[in-house]
Amino acid sequence: MAKYLLYPGCSMESSAKAYSESLAAIAKPIGLELEEIEDWNCCGATEYLGISLTPAYALISRNLALAAKQANGNKVVVAPCSACYLNLAKADYYMREQPKLGKMVNEALSAGGLSYEPGTLAIRHLLDVIIYDIGLETVKSKVVRPLTGLRVAPYLGCMVPRPDYEKRWSDHEHPIELDLLLKALGAEVIDFPLKTHCCGGHMTQIGPETAFELIRRLISSADQYQADIMATVCPMCQMNLDAYQTETNRYFGTNYQMPIVFFTQLMGLAFGLEPDTAGFGSELVSTKRALAKIGVEIAETETAPARPKKSSGLPMPKPLPRKPELAEKSEAEK
Amino acid sequence: MKKKNENQAEVQERIGVYVCHCGSNIAGVVDVSEVARWAAQLPGVVVSRDYKFMCSSPGQAMIIKDIQEQGLTRVVVASCSPHLHEGTFRGACERAGLNPYLFEMANIREQDAWVTSDKTEATKKAKALVAAAVGRVAHQQPLEALLVPIDPNVLVVGGGIAGIQAALEIADSGNHVYLVEREPSIGGHMAQFDKTFPTLDCAACILTPKMVSAGNHKNITLLTWSEVEKVDGYVGNFTVTLRKRARFVDESLCTGCGVCQEKCPKKVIDEVFEAGLGYRKAIYRPFPQAVPNYPVIDKNNCIFFEKGTCKACEKFCPTGAIKFDQQDEILTIEVGNIILATGYDLFDARKVSNYGYGRLANVFTSLEFERLSNAAGPTGGNIVLRDGKTVPKSVAIVHCVGSRDKNYNNYCSAICCMQSLKFAHLVKEKTGATVYNFYIDIRTPGKGYDEFYQRLIEEGTLFVRGKVAEITDVAREPGEEGKLIVQVEDTLVGKQRRIPVDMVILSAGLQARADAKEVAQKFGISCSADQWFIEKHPKLDPVATMTDGVFIAGACQGPKDIPASVAQGAAAAARVLSIIGQQQIQIEAATAIVDEETCVGCQQCIASCPYQAIIYLEDKGKAYVQEALCKGCGTCVGTCLPKCISLKHFTDDQLVAEMVGAMRTMKEFELIPMEAAA
Repeated sequence: MAKYLLYPGCSMESSAKAYSESLAAIAKPIGLELEEIEDWNCCGATEYLGISLTPAYALISRNLALAAKQANGNKVVVAPCSACYLNLAKADYYMREQPKLGKMVNEALSAGGLSYEPGTLAIRHLLDVIIYDIGLETVKSKVVRPLTGLRVAPYLGCMVPRPDYEKRWSDHEHPIELDLLLKALGAEVIDFPLKTHCCGGHMTQIGPETAFELIRRLISSADQYQADIMATVCPMCQMNLDAYQTETNRYFGTNYQMPIVFFTQLMGLAFGLEPDTAGFGSELVSTKRALAKIGVEIAETETAPARPKKSSGLPMPKPLPRKPELAEKSEAEK
Repeated sequence: MKKKNENQAEVQERIGVYVCHCGSNIAGVVDVSEVARWAAQLPGVVVSRDYKFMCSSPGQAMIIKDIQEQGLTRVVVASCSPHLHEGTFRGACERAGLNPYLFEMANIREQDAWVTSDKTEATKKAKALVAAAVGRVAHQQPLEALLVPIDPNVLVVGGGIAGIQAALEIADSGNHVYLVEREPSIGGHMAQFDKTFPTLDCAACILTPKMVSAGNHKNITLLTWSEVEKVDGYVGNFTVTLRKRARFVDESLCTGCGVCQEKCPKKVIDEVFEAGLGYRKAIYRPFPQAVPNYPVIDKNNCIFFEKGTCKACEKFCPTGAIKFDQQDEILTIEVGNIILATGYDLFDARKVSNYGYGRLANVFTSLEFERLSNAAGPTGGNIVLRDGKTVPKSVAIVHCVGSRDKNYNNYCSAICCMQSLKFAHLVKEKTGATVYNFYIDIRTPGKGYDEFYQRLIEEGTLFVRGKVAEITDVAREPGEEGKLIVQVEDTLVGKQRRIPVDMVILSAGLQARADAKEVAQKFGISCSADQWFIEKHPKLDPVATMTDGVFIAGACQGPKDIPASVAQGAAAAARVLSIIGQQQIQIEAATAIVDEETCVGCQQCIASCPYQAIIYLEDKGKAYVQEALCKGCGTCVGTCLPKCISLKHFTDDQLVAEMVGAMRTMKEFELIPMEAAA
């Protein structure tokens, strides 16, 4: 049994519960033993690095330092979330490339009695480990309910195959790992041209129109290819495409109904697990019609009534009025 | 001054030192007169001068005059690389009656002035190099160069346009040529092309007459479907081993009627000649005008070789030429010179995955388009989409695919701009489609090339300056459905543009053959970082290599178009003919020699020699170096434990003296203070 250190990341405990549940369910059958890094903290997501480098890298590297301490010969840290994976890999790479940064980060870490020697750990994405360590043959051997007839759009998002510091992926624009995995599950995999395009990330919060356009492109392309369902490897992608699909439809006057699930959920189904064990039920766009194609019955997702749109953002205090202050006059003028 | 006199006494020779300014190349950084002044006090130096251009006639005359009048017995010139002027100065010494091996060169240009910016440092280094040469030259011995006869036969490897041209030039002069080609027919890439730029004459029409002449020439032995296995020997006397792969067709019986090809039931995608766009049979000749015109059986796809039955070709062959039991033949030939014209490979456009080649049906490579547009190609010259019938209404041509791109190849592939313009013209002429050219820079240096570009502009071809980011079939805006969309930053407008088209042609760059390195090793030449074969001098000796007797021509040396390849083929032939004309050639006198007194006959040196130059004399029980084969590499000298092999011109005492000389500028070797010398 291959043993790895797991960095789950915050979203696995909240918005991406389906990911962590399905991962837990499929890990055993394929012989993937994951040991969670104790006392891990948030990786800072996509924002913190844009604000201040050293503290941001220190925040990420604390996890690496903890992992290295806990390692016990396990040199591989697995991150299922794309942003977490990229941040951890980035910190490891730049601490090595820029020794000055490495020194500063270690100085910060030393305040907590920690340190990290860059290059000690191999930081890898869950998909990478499943494909290159576990292997497609093992995955294939566990399939009892092949996803025959289910057309799946493999969607990786932008952060997994790029910038690929350690040359772990087959291609940066059109990697084939996810395609091969889904094919091994028996699914009909579409040659999804936008598989590494951006889902909009946090633009849903700061510039929704931009995000909606990016979401629309992805969903409409998958729809053009007559995909029944889209499989992702990233909590952010899953949330954007699933939770904002209704709003995107409303914005463009379209009516797409593209279910978005994690690839581990489809692995779970193919391995014969019950849909709820595989994390189904929490998605917003119903998977009922798609799963019916492979003979899996699931209750229709209750579509929550659309939230009334607020006319403005968060309530904010009014700006303070200008302090009444007379212009200063020189003695002579007085 | 006592010390100086002591040193002087050690050296019996009368040495002349000449420091060259090389205009400002050396004198701009090195204080040459200071170097000459300083060198005057080195042991044995009787004359020390500096001069503007030592390689000029007055410079050489100065050396000759000093040898004759001052009785110099050794000469040192401190100037450029020996690659450039060692021959010049050796010649000057010889004319003055001094053995040329009593001359030594110090390279203070490439190894000093050009790579050192600090003047003091550069001058100091020049002194060290001069002192090293002075130290060494005193120990040099007169040597006699060996003359060997030249075999007038020539081997040309590669039957593309460069190889054909070279072979014809040499054959026409009356010397015999072996023309070896890996494919079943000669013709190379040019045979696949439709039209040639900028004149737009048909490639086949100008190439096939040359192919036929090469095929019929009484002085050319054509060996297609063959490869070079091994090369032994040296300039004038190479022994080459060739593998003539089994064709399964008896060349003496085959009339080239083509019935076998017609009757063969097995269709195979033609990845080579048709660039994957068309089909051929399992028994085939690549194209109707193939030279030679007898076919080959592709063993890996032949039903008989797979299943043991079929033999349709044999049944229908009117002359009984099909021979399923034919075996590969190993041939050994003797030649005096070799010309490599092995050509190029097309860059694999699949690597640029954002351009979609291999995923998107209507993205074509440049070579595919050549076949598409060629009247003898799979569509009979109709420019249509991959469905075989739809004529495109709009076509995008993308330049620099895989070239000028640090992710793939850094260099410019030289032909793609002109090739893309040619495509644009052909598409417009044949289909009337709107044509877009996406370019970084348009590079059209060449006779009539820029005029062709101007003509294309006038014809209404559209030019968009910018590197294409992505080619996709994902429609985003109305009008894009069912099209290929070219996403590009138009850098002249400063805007992102999305241009929907029906067809995309990727002008894929040229790259060195996949096995270029292996081939280079076989022939003892070297490859650049990009795997192109390296010429002896990029400007002044473009078709020779550092290995005497091995020449290169055409695109194997770097990307080039047809006129340049033809010119190089002819140039290589001229170089070869000039060697053949000399009838015998001087080979390097710096060879290894065995001291028979001390040799114990262990034969370690025989195993170590990369040129098989050492033999074992059974009667004496000693090793013996065959001078004509020895390249003077010195490997055996290092291998010989009892130190009984030495390398002439690189003896231990010469090298030690050189090192001691080089260290003279260091403090502890500073024999006299600078001021005293001045």
